[in-house]
Amino acid sequence: MRRPSSRGSAAVAIAAAWLLAMPEAAHAHLVTTGLGPLFDGIMHLAVTPEDLLPVAAISMLVGLRGKEHARAALLTVPVAWVLAGWVGLGRPVEIPLATTFVSFLAFGGLVAADVRLSRAWIVVLAAALGALHGYLNGYEMAVAGLGMTGLIGSAASVFVLMTLASALVVSLEVGWTRIAVRVAGSWVVAVGLLMIGWSLR
Amino acid sequence: MSAPRSGRAGLRGLALAVAALAVPAGLSAHEGGSVAGLLSGLLHPVTGLDHVIAMIAVGLWGAQLGKPAVWVLPVVFPMVMAFGGMLGLIGLPIPGVEIGIAASAILLGGVVAGEVNPGLRLAGLLVAVFAIFHGHAHGTELPDGQSGILYSIGFVASTGLLHASGIAIGLIHRWDWGRRVLRVLGGVVAAGGAWFLLQALSGG
Repeated sequence: MRRPSSRGSAAVAIAAAWLLAMPEAAHAHLVTTGLGPLFDGIMHLAVTPEDLLPVAAISMLVGLRGKEHARAALLTVPVAWVLAGWVGLGRPVEIPLATTFVSFLAFGGLVAADVRLSRAWIVVLAAALGALHGYLNGYEMAVAGLGMTGLIGSAASVFVLMTLASALVVSLEVGWTRIAVRVAGSWVVAVGLLMIGWSLR
Repeated sequence: MSAPRSGRAGLRGLALAVAALAVPAGLSAHEGGSVAGLLSGLLHPVTGLDHVIAMIAVGLWGAQLGKPAVWVLPVVFPMVMAFGGMLGLIGLPIPGVEIGIAASAILLGGVVAGEVNPGLRLAGLLVAVFAIFHGHAHGTELPDGQSGILYSIGFVASTGLLHASGIAIGLIHRWDWGRRVLRVLGGVVAAGGAWFLLQALSGG
């Protein structure tokens, strides 16, 4: 009867000693350790609303226009992203992050107004978005030491997000669901306006 | 038998408690600022009753007016509200903001109560003017140390969801009893606005 109890006490004593010996910096999460360049790049989009919302907005924009437009943007944005990011990796010029808020206004506004753009215009706009945000990502990857691998990771997550989001919007047929997308576009504009205010404050 | 066992259990618990207390407090196990910013933004609109009733009234009115107002008003409002917030952030003062917010509830509640249909343009203009007051007052109240962009996302989304709630409630407009209920709700919103106006005028 006593033996299990003493083993239990020893276990508690070991647990207590272990707790006392714990270092102050627990590093319990990958926030501090990272996932490696590729996966840090993949995760970068998810933790950067300045990129995430414009990418979501262009996905909604092309989704509202249909499959052909969506396919064109799906190819254009990641390619422009990587090319401009490659330039950004060299850190030639620092562009303020606040420039991304232009994307919020432009793409959110186009979604809210449900502007019927031709496929050529979609390609031009997709290239512009990919170039601006890709450049900034390349610059950030260079600062963070993630390099081209991180940049490719971020471009991959852009491609995946755009594929899923634009496909979802393309599939919407009921009238109010397409209106909900336009409302979401107005939210992107609203966030962009507030961010311009924050940056000028 | 039971007393010693219970005593040992107590000692074990005490040992663990002491050990746990002795663990340094600064583990920094979770990021606070970012998530807190999003939560602050999400919660801010729903913790101000003046904002809540006016936002719901926008949705109610949109539902009463039907298409296209039912979606034009919720599209216009967040953008103009954010514009008002931007004016506040860059330090451009707007006089009588609290009075404007209270007046928005009175007028929006009043038009719902009276089932007023002034046409899409005038309805959009009315909502847009009031949106500036709401954005100016509420869009700029970011607590220190929190993420501005996540606060903004939360604030805009929460306001939009209040509109959606108003629209959802307003769907009862298709029934006769529902139309009557909506008009009563409009009256309640207007009365709430009058209460906030009195408070604003008395400096409360």
